[in-house]
Amino acid sequence: MAGDKVEVRISRDLYEKAREFIEETGGFKSVDELVEFLLQEVLSGEEEAGLTQEDEEKVKERLRSLGYL
Amino acid sequence: MVSRPHGGRLVDRVVRGRRRERLLEEALELPRVELDAGLASDVANIAHGVYSPLEGFLVQEDYESVLYDMRLSSDIPWTIPIVLDVDPSQVAGVREGDDLALFYNGRPLALMRVEEVYGWDRGEYAERVFKTRDPRHPGVRKVMARRELLVGGPVDLLAEPPEPFEAVRLWPKETRVLFEARGWRTIAAFQTRNVPHTGHEYVQKAALTFVDGLFINPLVGWKKPGDYRDEVIVEAYKALIKHYYPRDSVVFSVLRMEMRYAGPREAIHHAIVRKNFGATHFIVGRDHAGVGSYYGPYEAWDLFREFPDLGITPLFVREAFYCRKCGQMVNEKICPHPEEYRVRISGTRLREMIKRGEKPPEYMMRPEVAEVVLSHPNPFIEEGEAQG
Repeated sequence: MAGDKVEVRISRDLYEKAREFIEETGGFKSVDELVEFLLQEVLSGEEEAGLTQEDEEKVKERLRSLGYL
Repeated sequence: MVSRPHGGRLVDRVVRGRRRERLLEEALELPRVELDAGLASDVANIAHGVYSPLEGFLVQEDYESVLYDMRLSSDIPWTIPIVLDVDPSQVAGVREGDDLALFYNGRPLALMRVEEVYGWDRGEYAERVFKTRDPRHPGVRKVMARRELLVGGPVDLLAEPPEPFEAVRLWPKETRVLFEARGWRTIAAFQTRNVPHTGHEYVQKAALTFVDGLFINPLVGWKKPGDYRDEVIVEAYKALIKHYYPRDSVVFSVLRMEMRYAGPREAIHHAIVRKNFGATHFIVGRDHAGVGSYYGPYEAWDLFREFPDLGITPLFVREAFYCRKCGQMVNEKICPHPEEYRVRISGTRLREMIKRGEKPPEYMMRPEVAEVVLSHPNPFIEEGEAQG
């Protein structure tokens, strides 16, 4: 889903470096886009953790009962 | 290590416990939309993370982004719009932020928070997704019969749609645990809507030679007349795996998802979905998800090259054929012999033989598989037949 956009403040130095990076490398249209991409990369790694041990055990039980494990 | 889910997080919108009981009661008081089997399976697929990162049916911005750019508005690759169509009367008085109850077979299936109701151009959808508006194309015909408006918003699954193949149906969170438990780091997924012939077996085993495990994941659900019935596909694969595959190298499970016959775009969609199941590689053969002559035989391969950020590696495998000189299944990359030695394994020819009750030769179909198919009174879906 697209969702709303919110404003985030970053230091001007970092902003200028990001702008230069975009000019040099291409690929991103704006600093916003670069920041969104980087945050998504970092946070998605965190979110991936997924199942609790208990959930995982339940899944394994089902897999065993179906003959997959 | 299994693939990271598409978009980074495996979506889970299955409501459990007391909240589920409460919402099931609430659903009875809400405006309701009755779903067909295809939409019901879309809801379940969203909720179980098969369509991660989708949390619901597409809102307009995402719909247009997918239609024209083959990406969600967040720039994540996505090629087939997953949309809920309704008649205006079904959403009369429904506003943004309201809840809708999604019913299937007269029972509450899910709740949907309405983010947006918008119009769509079905012809344009057909043109973009199927590359044709030809009403003879089964996907086009189906889309043109859909309703006037689309509703976008997240869904929460309250009840599982019935699944006759429950014993061989796994969700992404289950396959991910299974692959890890087996110690597989590389997994090649194989999409199919057919009973297996020796060409399929060759392609699967060629892939399996280089990865830890093979994930055979046939589609069950709506298909066009003339395609094999779901139960025939399932039983045929069980026979093949039992007799010809090392048990610990293969996982077989079905996926309830409609075939759209959208060729290259659908090939990308199939790959994304299998990435969510944890596959690291996806086998793309000749005319993947194609129908008739609407798409070039290897057109899907070109489209994959436009998605370097897909997060799953396509395995491009050429059509396999039997070479009488080589005495085995080969492909044109490894067989030097001229056409007169080559016997093509044509799906159409196989169907004709099966319709006549003839057992296909062993170089085309394993005898155990042929036996399963021929023992079914009518292995093929018929014109006008209602499908679950």
